[in-house]
This record gives sequence, structure tokens and C-alpha cells, in this order.
Amino acid sequence: MKNLWKYAGLLLGAVVFGYPFLWMIAGSFKPEMEIARLGLWSDHFTAQGYTLVISKIPIARAFVNSILVSLCVTGSVVLFGSMVGYALARLRFGGRRVLYLVILFTMMIPFQIVLIPQYILMVKLGWTDTYLALVAPTMMSAFSIVLFRQFFMAIPQALIDAARIDGCSELRILFTVVWPLSRPVIVTVAVLTFMTSWNEVLWPLMVVRERSLMTMPQIVTLFTIGGEAESQLGALLAAATLLSLPVIIAYAFFQRYFIESMASSGLKG
Amino acid sequence: MRKLRSSEKTAYGLILPYVLFFLAFAAYPLVFSLVLMFHRWNIVTPMEWIGLKNFSRLAGDPLFFKSLGNTLVFLGFHIPLQVTVALAFALLLNSRIRGRGFFRAVYFFPVVVSGVAVTILWQQLYAFDNGVLNSILTSFGMPRVPWLVDSSVAMASIALMATWKNVGIYIVLFLAGLQNISRELYEAAELDGASPWQVFFSITLPMLNPTIIVIVVLSTIGGFSLFIEPYVLTGGGPMQSTLSGMLYIYNQAFYFNHMGYAATLGFVYAMIILAVVLLQRKLIESEPVQ
Repeated sequence: MKNLWKYAGLLLGAVVFGYPFLWMIAGSFKPEMEIARLGLWSDHFTAQGYTLVISKIPIARAFVNSILVSLCVTGSVVLFGSMVGYALARLRFGGRRVLYLVILFTMMIPFQIVLIPQYILMVKLGWTDTYLALVAPTMMSAFSIVLFRQFFMAIPQALIDAARIDGCSELRILFTVVWPLSRPVIVTVAVLTFMTSWNEVLWPLMVVRERSLMTMPQIVTLFTIGGEAESQLGALLAAATLLSLPVIIAYAFFQRYFIESMASSGLKG
Repeated sequence: MRKLRSSEKTAYGLILPYVLFFLAFAAYPLVFSLVLMFHRWNIVTPMEWIGLKNFSRLAGDPLFFKSLGNTLVFLGFHIPLQVTVALAFALLLNSRIRGRGFFRAVYFFPVVVSGVAVTILWQQLYAFDNGVLNSILTSFGMPRVPWLVDSSVAMASIALMATWKNVGIYIVLFLAGLQNISRELYEAAELDGASPWQVFFSITLPMLNPTIIVIVVLSTIGGFSLFIEPYVLTGGGPMQSTLSGMLYIYNQAFYFNHMGYAATLGFVYAMIILAVVLLQRKLIESEPVQ
């Protein structure tokens, strides 16, 4: 009996958090008149919303842009983050403590303070309306360095010593001994970075005005507030569905990694 | 000068890209923001030194105080809601039940979906005339709620939406916190004949204190960074009631080209965030644990 109440509560939660997405996807295929209904089914499913989105905005191009930007950022954060993390965890060099303190300090800076100067830097470098502006300022992350450092400190010294005796360079040790042992932290950093980068919208709004360079969330935002949707609810829901689809697919496969990564990012605070 | 060992050389090689990155994208912007605050600048014409005028302007700027008040309203709804909802679901999940993984995955799902998509979705749920929420309410004979069109309700609506989107993270954090509480404590309480409520308030809740601190701090930082939700849903209205700090900075910089003033706002907001977060930590940590 007690468990029955528990299941009722859990099920209610599943409806509250899950149903709106089903409703969104169903709504994107419904004719305008039926969207406001609570139910999912319609006898007149249509793809009109999608046709409008595709005809009004270069959404396929935006999808490619978003993939490109997120992949570059993710690759770079993992590569450079693990390099710095390895140096901090495993090598002795002058200034190591200072560097670590600086990294912790940058994690504490609220982004509001650097946002406008960073934008001005992009203008001065002539990077606005280029991929560089979308990628460069997020190419490395202090938080990922800290995660890598923590993980690398727990790797047995004997493994690293053995490789050193074999005459491996530190760089080779990092990529051939440490990396293969570090799958969990690499996946965590990669998932977290990719998702943050994919969903980022404020920064692209600031540095890109050229439609062919816009990221997917950015162009959907402008589609929504700019009147191009012609107040067609179906088109808005279609745009939202297209925007969430890649994440929905990725989540279906890597759900566990998403949850674990985000939970570990919570420890940042 | 002493010679570098080869391992030291490698180390400097490994950190060099980050050092350059740090100088360009963290140190330089930080220093430049300090310069910018004392200037009037529209990016096109040369910068003009105006001393402390940006600060005196801020001190008398009703919209700055409005945005600050709006953020407090947001946090006032968002934090208590977030903590109670997350804790409730974490407690439900933290027992022997079937389908735990499934439920956790569903609750977490809004976290990973783009905020823009979530906002478009909620725009339709919140519509006044034929939005889903209002048709549910009217079908129960209740009046429609002016979710986004009434200035006294709009920010609370945005807080509700933000809670819905983010609560999954905090459910997972609470769940981890609950699983860290030692069984022995509960067994001892059971031997003492404590009621479930007593157990909850004198064991579970105090033991979750570190998790609660994390949640309050993260929600606060999130609240001060609120941007895309009001940008898409309300444009800051009605009557500036959903103008968030970040939205105001954005408007000053990109509608009015007031780069100096926008940088000043960013700096002041950053200081407020740091102060609030430190204060919260102090307050929550000093609360007596029974």
C-alpha cells in the first residue's frame, strides 16, 4: 500500500517531466487548430510546420555549424585539458602551485564580468562573423582541467615509471598510457562540453549576425522572436523539435553518461 | 639562470597553450573590463574617459534596480521550489522500487534539452487564451492564469519553468547525498523508537546540508545568469517585470551600444553574485545541526 503511493508519485513526475516533450513532438505534426489540445493524436497529421521552418531559415546549415563548433570545442577541451591536467598531476615544475590557484580562481569568476570585454576582443581581432569567434573563447575550460587533474592523480605511479624506464616521452605516456586508463573522465568532460556548447545561445547571438554562420539554437531563437514563424504554432514546435532531436537521440544512447557528468559538474559549486 | 630539466621543459610545453588561452580570454578581458568601466564607448568612435560617471549613473538607474529586484523575485520562487521538489523526488527514488533508472532518466531529460526548445514549448503551455495549462484549469472550472501577461505573475512563471528544466540535476545530487548517509544512523534511530518525521528532520535533513548548499549556490548563479527564457518569452516585459540582469546588460551593449555602461553593469553584477554566494555559504553552514 505504501509502495502504491510511491509509484503514484513517481508516475506523476514522469508525466510532468516527460509528457510535454511528447506533446511538443506530436504538436509539431498537428494542424494549427488542434495544437492547443492536450491529447497527442490527430486525424490530420501534417508536415506543414517543418516545411515552413525549412523554407524560412537555413536550418540544415545551422545544424552543420552547431555540430562543427561543438566538435571542435569538445576535442580541444579534452586535448588541452588533459595536457594541463597531466602536467599538474604528474610533473614537477616551477609555478605549478600558482598555475593551479589561477585555474581555481578563473572558475570563480562570474562570466558577466568578462562577457562584454570578450566580445570587444572578438571585434578587435576581426573574428566576429567567423567560426573562430564561436570556438576560441571556449577552447579550454578550467573545470575540465581540475577534473582531469583529480583523475590523473589516482593513476598508479608504477605504470608511469615503467613507461619512463622504457624511454617514453611524457607526451607519449599521456596519450598511450594515461588516456586509455582515463575513459570515464574523458567521457564525462566530452559529454558535458558538447552539451554546453550545443545549447549555448547568448554568445552566438553576440558574435554572429551572418545567417549562414549561425548555430542551431541561435537561428531557432531568432526564428521565434523575429516574426518569421508568422505566429504559426506548428512551425515553432517543429523548430523546437528539430533543435532537441540530436540531444534526444544522444540521450537515448548515453543517458547514464549525461546524468553522471552533470552530477559531477554539480560538485563545482 | 639554472638549466631546465627535460621533464620541466615538457611540463611547460604542456601548459603553454592554456597559459596563452588564459592571458587572451580571461586575464585580458578582466583587465579590460576595469578600463572599460571608466569610459563611455560605442565601439565605433574613440573611447572617452568619464571617470566614475558609469557608477553614478548605475546608482540612479531604475532599470538596474528593477532587474536586481526581478532576480530576487525569481530566486525567491525558484530556490524553495527547486529544493523541495528535488528532495521529494529524490526521497521517492531512494527506495526499493522498480523502474528507478527509467524514472531518473525521465526527470533528468529536460536538463539536457536546449533551453530555447524548452522555452518555445512553455510559451505554448503558458499561452493565455488556448494554452494547455489554462485549458486544463478551465476544464476544472478554475479561472485562467495570466502566466506571462501579468507583471506580477510573469517572473514566477519563468521561475516555475526554470525549476521544471533544472530540477533533474538536483534530484540526482540529492539522491547521491541520501545514499551517502550511513545506515547505522537510521538503525540507531529505529532502536530509539524515533518517528519517521523525527528521523527526517534530525538525521536526513541535517546530513543533506552540504547538498543543499550546493543546490542553493548553483540555483543562485543560474538565477543571476537568466537570459534566454525572458529574451524569448517576454522580451523582459510586461512592464519590465522579467527584465533579468543579463538581459539588461545585453540590451545596454547591443541595442544602445553602451559598452562602458554594460561592462560596469557586468562588473557590479559579478560582485553581487560573489557576495550573495559567500553570504549563503556562511548562513547555511552556520545553521546549527542537531
